[in-house]
Amino acid sequence: MARIDLVDLAHSYSGNDAPESFALKPISMTWRQGGAYALLGPSGCGKTTLLNLISGIVTPSRGKILFDGRDMTALSTQKRNIAQVFQFPVIYDTMSVGENLAFPLKNRGVPKSESDARVAEIAALLDLTPYLSRKATRLTADAKQKISLGRGLVRSDVAAVLFDEPLTVIDPELKWQLRSKLKALHRTLDLTMIYVTHDQTEALTFADTVVVMHDGRVVQSGTPTELFDKPAHTFVGYFIGSPGMNIVPAEVRGREARIDGHTIALNRSYHRLPSGAKIEIGVRPEFVEIAPAAPGLLAANIERIDDLGRIRFARVRIGNAKLAARVPPSLSIPDNAAGLLFDPSHVHVYADSVLVEGSA
Amino acid sequence: MDRTVNQKAWFLVLPVFLVVAFSAVLPLMTVVNYSMQDTFGNNQFFWNGVGWFKELLDPSTDLGGRFFASLWRNLFFSAVILAIEVPLGIVVALSMPRRGWSVAACLVIMALPLLIPWNVVGTIWQIFGRPDIGLLGYVLHKIGLNYNYVSNDLDAWATVIVMDVWHWTSLVALLCYAGLKSIPDAYYQAAQIDGASRWAVFKAIQLPKMNRVLLIAVLLRFMDSFMIYTEPFVVTGGGPGNSTTFVSIELVKIALGQFDLGKAAALSLVYNLIIIIVCWVFYTVMTNAGAERQPSKGVA
Repeated sequence: MARIDLVDLAHSYSGNDAPESFALKPISMTWRQGGAYALLGPSGCGKTTLLNLISGIVTPSRGKILFDGRDMTALSTQKRNIAQVFQFPVIYDTMSVGENLAFPLKNRGVPKSESDARVAEIAALLDLTPYLSRKATRLTADAKQKISLGRGLVRSDVAAVLFDEPLTVIDPELKWQLRSKLKALHRTLDLTMIYVTHDQTEALTFADTVVVMHDGRVVQSGTPTELFDKPAHTFVGYFIGSPGMNIVPAEVRGREARIDGHTIALNRSYHRLPSGAKIEIGVRPEFVEIAPAAPGLLAANIERIDDLGRIRFARVRIGNAKLAARVPPSLSIPDNAAGLLFDPSHVHVYADSVLVEGSA
Repeated sequence: MDRTVNQKAWFLVLPVFLVVAFSAVLPLMTVVNYSMQDTFGNNQFFWNGVGWFKELLDPSTDLGGRFFASLWRNLFFSAVILAIEVPLGIVVALSMPRRGWSVAACLVIMALPLLIPWNVVGTIWQIFGRPDIGLLGYVLHKIGLNYNYVSNDLDAWATVIVMDVWHWTSLVALLCYAGLKSIPDAYYQAAQIDGASRWAVFKAIQLPKMNRVLLIAVLLRFMDSFMIYTEPFVVTGGGPGNSTTFVSIELVKIALGQFDLGKAAALSLVYNLIIIIVCWVFYTVMTNAGAERQPSKGVA
């Protein structure tokens, strides 16, 4: 186990030095020992690249990777002491299930007695015990992926276990089970785990720290609550939450934001906004409430209402901007003309998509 | 379920029946017919029952003796060919490049020997090995080796085997290469993560994944080497003595040299049967190797 530091790490697959060609733009960050991390982002945002850089499958174009301060950048995957589970299950089908689980230990010359004990422990955690002596052929996709997970978890000395969208091939109902299993395993085995996914539910339920990536950059890293309450980038606001954050162009002066000629109060004061930047305000639909149209409220036209069962969200239009807003229980608005109430403590200001901290 | 009975469908199968009948069944039956009879020319035939088969399978007779001698010789030849070409083909396939322009270059070079007609291959090696004008023969003589495929049994065998390896190893290599290419990168990455050595990767991933193509390669190479005729005939003519007379060379000698149609027909039927049986054995053994007997249920 180890702390992993990435120092100015970047990678370009084309070997080209132009900044646009970088699949992963320079980042520096630290992964704490024993943490459960999720790397969240859409396809092609560089999360798998980052994972493969940590495991050594890909060698970075620049920057360094340190495990507990030791430079691992030039070391091969075999020497890095890291485990990785891939999107599609990899099974050595000439071996039994037990031999599959023992394979990483056997390759590293772990004594038979020790390896048997560890395999038995991992098999018990993954409910694979009855199948240990079976040939690992003709298994269902989830059984195969469990074996792959088992091979990732079987070494107790690894610096980290990396998961690259490991539940993609699994049926939804089993996904929940396996995910909770992984979470439980994280507590039992006390391993650093990094979990790559494009599914926010998966990320938020698995991790204590979620790292959101966008276009080759880490845009925010924090607890699920931080990501929800204070997105550092409009992308985070939009990507996390369902529906995503409302992002509306606005003019911001001091403690006021103006949208469509209407003024909204802000909790903090924004005096030094960069000039020429695109200014937007962001507010989660949970903190915008629909009310009957009234003077002093931002007038909006309701286009439709989505009933999510326990909560209703209205899709509204203000000029050209589209927003989502919470509909209080038992409110009905006959002519689709409504007013919007903003919760000032949850309205954030973004300059060129980046959160601006106001002063009190 | 209701099924429509329509006997007209037989007409769709009929052309296949006809083609198979004229191309395979009738010629084969002609051979069966010959194998039961004796002729002294003049298109006169006499019934001989299973006489030729009895003689063929009795090593003490002239026919049986020649048949068994060429059969053991041929089986030994096929065994040597498989023992060299299959491992060599795998090694070549493993060392071929995976991407880039060199892949195409390699494939073309590998395919070249396969495109050369058998008797041309024979002629090439026949000339290549001559001590007076052949590069190989000349060089071997210069370095003091008394190499002569015309008079020395061992040299003749070595020439025929090296020639076959040169001609056909690419086939095994290309098949294995196709098998290797079909392995997803994730397997290699997982093996890296699992700390597998090069040998472990070969044993745990590459060999099992090449299983199918290797079966095809072994079957093709066995059949081809067991039926080999043209190349050794061109190079050695079956000699020196009878040392490179394989079954098909013996068969042609009997059928066309001596014009013993009955003996030749009996021999070709037995020859055919041996090929089918050996292929069936290879197929059964290789498809069942490593396969589990009990039908499996999914792990929950």
